[in-house]
Amino acid sequence: MALLSLQGVTKSFGGLTAVKNLTFDVEAGAIISLIGPNGAGKSTVFNLITGIYMPSSGSIVFDEHAIEGLKPHSVAARGILRTFQNIRLFSHMTVLENVLVGRHARMRSAAWDCAFRTPFAQKEERSSDAAAMELLEWIGLSRFATEWARNLPYGMQRRLEIARALASEPKLLLLDEPAAGTNPAEKIGLMKLVQSIRDRGVTVLLIEHDMKLVMGISDYVHVLDYGEEIAHGKPDAVRHDQRVIEAYLGKGA
Amino acid sequence: MFEIHNCAPQFIQQLINGVALGGLYALIALGYTMVYGIIELINFAHGDVYTLGSFISLSILGLIPLATISNPTVLGLIALAVIILAALLCGIIGVLIERLAYRRLRNAPRLAPLITAIGVSLILENIMQIWKGNSEVSFPQFLPDHWHQIGGVRFDDRSLMVVVVSLVCMILLNFFVFHTKLGKAMRATAQDRDAAQLMGINVNSTIAWTFFIGSALAGVAGFISGMYYGTTFFLNGYQAGLKAFTAAVLGGIGNITGAMLGGFVIGIIETMTSGCISDQWSEVAVFAILILTLVFRPSGLLGQQLPEKV
Repeated sequence: MALLSLQGVTKSFGGLTAVKNLTFDVEAGAIISLIGPNGAGKSTVFNLITGIYMPSSGSIVFDEHAIEGLKPHSVAARGILRTFQNIRLFSHMTVLENVLVGRHARMRSAAWDCAFRTPFAQKEERSSDAAAMELLEWIGLSRFATEWARNLPYGMQRRLEIARALASEPKLLLLDEPAAGTNPAEKIGLMKLVQSIRDRGVTVLLIEHDMKLVMGISDYVHVLDYGEEIAHGKPDAVRHDQRVIEAYLGKGA
Repeated sequence: MFEIHNCAPQFIQQLINGVALGGLYALIALGYTMVYGIIELINFAHGDVYTLGSFISLSILGLIPLATISNPTVLGLIALAVIILAALLCGIIGVLIERLAYRRLRNAPRLAPLITAIGVSLILENIMQIWKGNSEVSFPQFLPDHWHQIGGVRFDDRSLMVVVVSLVCMILLNFFVFHTKLGKAMRATAQDRDAAQLMGINVNSTIAWTFFIGSALAGVAGFISGMYYGTTFFLNGYQAGLKAFTAAVLGGIGNITGAMLGGFVIGIIETMTSGCISDQWSEVAVFAILILTLVFRPSGLLGQQLPEKV
């Protein structure tokens, strides 16, 4: 049984069909990429999986439960976290606090516990702080823990977004163009990072335009164009697929 | 000229009165600023929740045979219990207001919830007018009151209580917002609601808690104002609400520390103006500050400098 399974998912906005009859599986432990030209519907797929959009038809099954129609915060609590193409950190919080917000879904203390500082809440806040620091250490940002998130350089903000998502111990991590705007050195670091995320036991679904990155780390690639899947397969097979080349470069290329 | 001469010896005295009044404004201003921070709504009904706090306290006190109790400790505990009950009930009312009046309008153009807030304010004022009538109601002065003299300055237990209660509330709130899971959820929701929900934060319940806390603080303010002034009136919240709103804007709306600072500044300016010039000028001074802030520093004293929007 796949970790995530989309069955015939369609999403229309009025007359526009952004995603059409999309079916694919994400096996646990894999790095899967979703590629396609701009406007192909990749971001819509992320919004469908995370509960921002409700599919017009079709089903989304995660960890053996149907998740379509769940609120985004419930989807996150079940273990699907994402990063954003245009970084959306909580810029008025410190680096550590951003990661702690990511811990939210894993924390059990109720508002009552927070208000009265029950021993349970205190213990949980402490263990959460420790887990967040450990994660920052792992991703190489621990010395910036008390900096404002907005003061970090761009590449580090991208890493911080990933740390924030990992803080909730997701089963599936959705990365939305993590390499956008990063320099070549950072890109190599990012590739290693994505692989070590998988080694932590987190499955990765990736939207990315950088083909070197996609071909370098993906186990399997799905190609979208105008909301429909036009090809899928191992990176090498997809790279030479005639329809993929046409979608990117136009017919006759 | 003689006014300035007259004013000097009273300066410290007015400062103390101003701090007490400021604590009251700060408590109310916190509710404005927290709600604005999280859903960008100026909740004009907030001042009326404050009045409701004093009315609720009054009704609870009416159930207790205060005249038969003389032990000051018991009376103190009664005061504490009434504060907590008023805070809880006002908090619940705040949550109901959000649920019934504002939630559906969360994604509507901003004018819609603003007008709704004015409507809620009118509804509350009319309910309170029917409840206690349209004249001032006296508030039982059941706590023993002693005057203290330090140097040439006199103050009584009542002003001391206002200052202590408001400071304790502010310290607790600060701790809550900056060091607990729910506080972080509030700040995250205030900064980016969509990102917050994708990180697993239940935005609806976080907003409801924000209303609860803001309204509970207004409930506390309602009780202590009743004790401080000895009377309450169904339209009290209108004036006090506007002044607290001014305090929130002065401090930088959306900023918690700013609301506290703004509350004290407005309170001190108001008492200084009435003490040194005349009562009639105090409101002119307060609202002139509102206008000057909006014209010259719309982000307020602490706006956009301290990263702690809620």
